[in-house]
Amino acid sequence: MKSLKAQHSILADSHEQLEIIEHGRTGDFALVPFQQKLEESDLFPLKPAQMEIFQVNIGKMCNQTCRHCHVDAGPDRKEIMTRETMQQCLDVLQRNPQFTTVDITGGAPEMNPDFRWFAGQIADLGRHLIVRCNLTIILANKKYHDLPLFYKQHKMELVSSLPFYTQDRTDRQRGKGVFDDSVKALQKLNEVGYGREGTGLILNLVYNPAGAFLPPSQQALEREYKQALFQQYNIQFNNLLAITNLPISRFLDYLLTSGNYEMYMEKLVNAYNPVAAARVMCRNTISVGWDGFLYDCDFNQMLELKVNCNSTHITNFNMHYLNKRNIVIGQHCYGCTAGAGSSCGGAVA
Amino acid sequence: MTEHYYNAKDLAKFGNVGDFQKDLADKFFSYYGEVFKDSTLTAREKSLIALAVAHAVQCPYCIDAYSTDAFEKGWNEAQMMEAVHVACAIRGGASLVHGVQMMNKVKEIAM
Repeated sequence: MKSLKAQHSILADSHEQLEIIEHGRTGDFALVPFQQKLEESDLFPLKPAQMEIFQVNIGKMCNQTCRHCHVDAGPDRKEIMTRETMQQCLDVLQRNPQFTTVDITGGAPEMNPDFRWFAGQIADLGRHLIVRCNLTIILANKKYHDLPLFYKQHKMELVSSLPFYTQDRTDRQRGKGVFDDSVKALQKLNEVGYGREGTGLILNLVYNPAGAFLPPSQQALEREYKQALFQQYNIQFNNLLAITNLPISRFLDYLLTSGNYEMYMEKLVNAYNPVAAARVMCRNTISVGWDGFLYDCDFNQMLELKVNCNSTHITNFNMHYLNKRNIVIGQHCYGCTAGAGSSCGGAVA
Repeated sequence: MTEHYYNAKDLAKFGNVGDFQKDLADKFFSYYGEVFKDSTLTAREKSLIALAVAHAVQCPYCIDAYSTDAFEKGWNEAQMMEAVHVACAIRGGASLVHGVQMMNKVKEIAM
């Protein structure tokens, strides 16, 4: 499977995506505007709260091509962050100690040749470091086989997608053979102590629905995952994060081609939860793109909706402007406020 | 009246039955919510039971709702179809077991 960009799909253009998300395929699909929902919840304009998470997307290159990927990542994507931009991120972190957590994502961030250098530098700054590891990268090439020890050396928290505890659903979303490789990778991580009680090495898994539906209860699902993975594969992990798929990029493509787009959007709107809206991740996170531009979240990043203030790039990072800004919203934001809510840290309500 | 007796969009209006009789609707939905909570059976198990019952009572709204709910809660296609077969077997069995009544009657009147 190729990325939408490699297929020259119209959805590779963020403006096309936004047009569909805001107005539907035919231009006449009217849903309650997200802004109106926020107004009713007394949350508009949406403002930052205490900003503490510095999320950096260091590239769109990935060894997998998942059907739901909002990044449109894949082996054919060549956009990766340079060491110069990484250094600019480090300079910003040095000047802004309120960012206590750095969250590195991609693509498969490990495929960036400067990943280890960057992660090591962040660890030296004493920040809590999260890496979004897709698991299969550990087995993808000999040069990645020592990643579990590298993660351990810097006490990184790992957040890894495993859409389900069965092969069928996982492979449907992430590609043939991904479940088996993910199991092997999880066993390797467990071997070095990740996910094992008392080690302090955190291994969290991510559930994404493999289709046009919402996640079930995160708590109940975590119990099932723990039981199934331990019984069948002797795998342990810390927490399960249930994340809703946002109607962006390849998941949007899936919704449109499967005829589920309108139903899914109505479902998101009907499940709007004001408690989740008050806790959306864009209020405590700043998202940095591979080219150094700044966004309210990883989803706005993929829609190329830059922050709405005079500090739009890492080279002119200004905490004062960013704290005062209005967060950019759109109909896709319903994905983060449906039901128990959704964030890079799972359910929020 | 609408052209069809069943309309998929009516499922979303289920809560509106309270417009005509609020007290009883409130009691029903409160009870309904309690029934489907995790308890001695998990919400996940109850969802699969509901799917089977939906087929037994042949309610298209319930089939729509619990096909989605059961799949969301992690049941796979084969498990869901087996649940439907359970409903089918019970319905079929319910007809067939009356064959005993038929046999009894025939034996009663036959020479």
